[in-house]
Amino acid sequence: MTWDWQFVWSFMPTLLEGAWLTVLATVVGTVIALLLGAVLAVAGYSRYRLVRGAIAFVVQFLRGTPLLVQLYVIFFVLPDIGIVLPAFLAGVIGLGVHYSAYLAEVYRAGIDSVDRGQWDASTAINLSRRQVWLHVILPQAIPKMVPPLGNYSIGMLKESALLSTISVFELVARAQAIGNETYRFTEPLTLVGLSFLTLTIIFTLLLRLAERKAEGLR
Amino acid sequence: MTRLQTPCIEFHDVSKRYGDLQVLNGVSFQARPGEKLSLIGPSGSGKTTILRVLMTLESIDGGTVRIEGEPLRVPGEQQRLSRSAERGLQRIRGKVGMVFQHFNLFPHMDVLRNITLGPMLTQGVSRDEAEAQALRYLDMVGLADKARSRPSQLSGGQKQRVAIARSLALKPKIMLFDEVTSALDPELVDEVLAVMRTLARETDMTMLLVTHAMNFARDFSDRVLFFERGRILEEGPPQQIFSEPREERTRTFLRKILASGQDL
Repeated sequence: MTWDWQFVWSFMPTLLEGAWLTVLATVVGTVIALLLGAVLAVAGYSRYRLVRGAIAFVVQFLRGTPLLVQLYVIFFVLPDIGIVLPAFLAGVIGLGVHYSAYLAEVYRAGIDSVDRGQWDASTAINLSRRQVWLHVILPQAIPKMVPPLGNYSIGMLKESALLSTISVFELVARAQAIGNETYRFTEPLTLVGLSFLTLTIIFTLLLRLAERKAEGLR
Repeated sequence: MTRLQTPCIEFHDVSKRYGDLQVLNGVSFQARPGEKLSLIGPSGSGKTTILRVLMTLESIDGGTVRIEGEPLRVPGEQQRLSRSAERGLQRIRGKVGMVFQHFNLFPHMDVLRNITLGPMLTQGVSRDEAEAQALRYLDMVGLADKARSRPSQLSGGQKQRVAIARSLALKPKIMLFDEVTSALDPELVDEVLAVMRTLARETDMTMLLVTHAMNFARDFSDRVLFFERGRILEEGPPQQIFSEPREERTRTFLRKILASGQDL
C-alpha cells in the first residue's frame, strides 16, 4: 500500500466542500436543537400534568431511538404522507430534533441547580417573574449550561456523518464516492478522519471561549 | 373604622395544609402598626409558614390575611393570576420585606448590586440614587467597606447584614425575620442581633420574628406568640410568657430550649 500525494490533491477540493456541509449541518442542527430544546425544557415546567407527561414522552422517545432510524423516517417515510424534504434539510432537522431532547435536559439541570431560596429572595424584593428569570435565575444557570451544550454540539459534529446515509454529500459521503470511483479508500478516509479531528479541535477552542464569556455573567 | 384602629397585619382563622400535614390550623392574630412580635414554638409548628404567607411565598387554604386592611390573595400552584390581580399582589408585597435563615443573597452580583436591584427594577429608582441609598443602608449595618465584595467573600454574619440592608432598601412597612441567626456560627450572632436591635429602636416598622433565641425575643418584642401544631397556644407580653407561662406545653418547650443551650 502506497500513499499517493497527487491523488490526495486531486480530491481535496471536493472533500473541502464536504467539510463545509458538515460544519453547516452541525451549526444549523445546533441552532435547531438549542431552540427546540428550550421549548421542551420550558414546556416541561408546565402547570398542566398532561403537557408535562407529553413532553417527558417525547424526550424519552427521541433519546431512546437511534438517530439513524429517525433520519430514515424523516427522509424515507415522511414522503409517504406527502412531506418531501430535500436531503440536507431532512438531515439537519433530524440532527436538531434528536439533540433537542438532550439539550432540554441540560437546560433543566442548569435551571434546577439554582437554589430555591433565590426565587424566595427575588419574590421578597418584589421582582416580577420575568425579572426573576432575567436577572437572577438565567445568569446563574447559563454558565453551568455552556460546557455540556458545547459537548453535545461536538457530538453532533461527529454524528453528522450519519447524514451520508440519506444522500447528504458531507465528508463521509464524499470519501465513499471517491473510493467507489477509484478503488482507493486509504487516502480519502484518512483525510476524512483528519478533517473531523481538525473540526472538533476548532469547535473545542470556540467552546472554551464561550465558557469564559459565560463565566463573565457571574 | 378609623385609620389608627386598622391593624397592620391581620390573620383570621387561617389554615393551610401540605398533603396530609395541617401546617396552619385556624390561626388568628393581629399586629398593630410598629408592633414587634416574636413567634416561638417547636419546629414544624407553623411559625415560618406564617412569615411565608405574609411574603406571598405560600397560598392559604382557608381564612383571611389582611395587610393594612387589604386582603392578601396568593394563588396556589395550579392557578394563574390576571394581570391586574398580579399587580395588586405586587403592590401589597411591596410593603413587606423578609430576611431568610440562609441569607439567599444573589451570588452572581456584588453586595451593592444585591441591594440596588430591587429599588431599580421595582421602584424606578435611578442607579445613582439607588447606590447612594444602598451605601447608607450598608453603613447602617456596618458594612460600608464591603460594597464591591461578592457574597462568597463575606462571613455568615456579614451576609445576613447585607440581606437586611437589601430588604431595608425597599422601605417596607413590615419586616419578617425567619430564624435569621440559626445558620450562623455562635460568635457571629451578636453582630446581626445588634443591627436588629437598632432597627427596632430607630424605625417604626412592624416586625415579625421567628426565633429560637429566647433572650433576644424577650428584649425585642412587645408580644410573644407560642405556636404548637399549627395553632397559637398562648400569647402575651414577653415577661409573662417567659416567666409565668399559663400553658404546661409552653413551660416544657422553654425548659427544653434553655437546657439545649440553643438560646444564644
